[in-house]
Amino acid sequence: MSGSPTGAEAEPAVTEAEPVTAVDADADADAAAVAAPPPVLSVRGLSVRFRMRGGAHVAAVTDARFDLAAGECLALVGESGCGKSVLASALLGLLPENAQTAGAALLGDGTDLLTADERTLARTVRGRRVGLVPQSPAAHLTPVRTVRSQLEETLRELTGVRRPALREAGEAAAERAAFPAGHLDRYPHELSGGLAQRAATALALIGDAPLLLADEPTTGLDRELVDRTVDELRRHVGDDRALLMITHDLAAAERIADRVAVMYASRIVEIADAADFFGDPGPRHPYARGLLDALPDREFRPVPGMPPELSALPEGCAFAARCERADEACAVVPVLPAEPSSGAACHHPVAAALEASRA
Amino acid sequence: MLELRSLTAGYDRRDPVVREVSLTVGPGESVGLLGPSGCGKSTLARVAALLHRPDRGEVVIDGEPARGWRHRAPRAQRTAFGVVFQQPRLSADPRLTLTQLIAEPLRATGRGAEAPDRVRDLARTVGLGEDLLTRRPHEVSDGQLQRACLARALVLRPRWLICDEMTAMLDASTTAALVTAVEDYRADSGAGLLAVGHDKVLLERWCDRTVHWDELTRA
Ligand code: SF4
Repeated sequence: MSGSPTGAEAEPAVTEAEPVTAVDADADADAAAVAAPPPVLSVRGLSVRFRMRGGAHVAAVTDARFDLAAGECLALVGESGCGKSVLASALLGLLPENAQTAGAALLGDGTDLLTADERTLARTVRGRRVGLVPQSPAAHLTPVRTVRSQLEETLRELTGVRRPALREAGEAAAERAAFPAGHLDRYPHELSGGLAQRAATALALIGDAPLLLADEPTTGLDRELVDRTVDELRRHVGDDRALLMITHDLAAAERIADRVAVMYASRIVEIADAADFFGDPGPRHPYARGLLDALPDREFRPVPGMPPELSALPEGCAFAARCERADEACAVVPVLPAEPSSGAACHHPVAAALEASRA
Repeated sequence: MLELRSLTAGYDRRDPVVREVSLTVGPGESVGLLGPSGCGKSTLARVAALLHRPDRGEVVIDGEPARGWRHRAPRAQRTAFGVVFQQPRLSADPRLTLTQLIAEPLRATGRGAEAPDRVRDLARTVGLGEDLLTRRPHEVSDGQLQRACLARALVLRPRWLICDEMTAMLDASTTAALVTAVEDYRADSGAGLLAVGHDKVLLERWCDRTVHWDELTRA
């Protein structure tokens, strides 16, 4: 490793030095790196802008970067309007017409979700390689058809199962999401919130997609139901799938996430190991820290002020107006360190200060 | 004192979701009512705020029995309550700006002249910036709209606040901000509070005492 002073300079050097001729001390590490499967999802420099009437732009997602490995659950947290749902829509190819994207979102097989055309997305990606657990299952389910008929149709589409095996396959699909067989012939409006959520989960699981994307899967559910829903999602991830859960519910994130990404004003401002984030040493980004401190079982103290509008982001760090650590350095946008896989986009991260004062 | 006496209420007379429930909130007290969704606690909250007529039982407000429901409630009783619901989009007229939304109860009671001052004060209390006040509901986030709905609930300086899952859709920081705004208002006005919800951690932190729906209905 060279002692390059900045990440920007170090990066090309590393790429050039990489050719597989490496022997000696690094051989073991390299072998391990080769053996490790590619990430299920690799997001690089993902940005989404909306063109508005009058030529204005809304920067909904800026330069997002993260990897998601098989067996891993990443929770993307942030308040409403921070851009996290737009990021989810981008990954599903469901952005509206006036959206412009940049960067890449690569699946394990190299498919770029940002550039794939609608036909590819519809035929080979949605449901098959990316399963969606929707925000409001009631809206996602077709109101005029029973749960059984929706499961069977999805099975026909995604797995090619035909009658007479279809009926049994539908029941098996329901069972995977713990949806009771006795309710299969009901219509969505006849289901409780919890059962509708399970029906939607069962549908999302049918294609055996390696990536599950859950967009606010627990909004409006009771705590017990939240716990049950996220536990089930976690169980379905197992060792060979990955789960990206987008949520404003920090308790749900803490319950099942391996890693946490915090989004603020269109940017991922911190990525951290969940145990470090929720436990010791805690979040490093002042906003992430403020968000945790707002929880009723912590300080129950709001982050002062409100986030900036995505159409009028300030120069420099977007959190500066609310941040007690802000100084002149913060006039420059802080970047999330590319390596290691955790860090904070902040000029004065909190835990670093703690470590420094301890040292 | 706000007394709910042996209330039975619901939307189907043969199968009321609220059966013989009694609950008292003392002057200036805050009571959290915990229960799973669909249990009937929201219906009880609507009855308590005089928004839904019970099949049986009585609501007594500071010693005076409720004398009507919804628009039939006498104005003095109706305006004793400020109510905030879970879904701000369902309770906010999409055609109004946030300023008009907050001022609506003042205009409805012929006190429109007070609106500019009250709206300015309340916007500060609930943390809404000036620039947001001229927008309409679809131009703001859920959290911002809920702040406006809370301001509207406070605009007539109610003696009683009823918050039905006020923060269920909101992130941790907005939740803490709204609860802080409610508590600041109560500290200032001495108003009592009935907060209905399913989040035990939240209600126990927020309220003087919490009761579980089961305890009310077992009796
Ligand atoms: S970069 Fe500066 S303003 Fe932004 S969060 Fe860090 S300390 Fe605060």
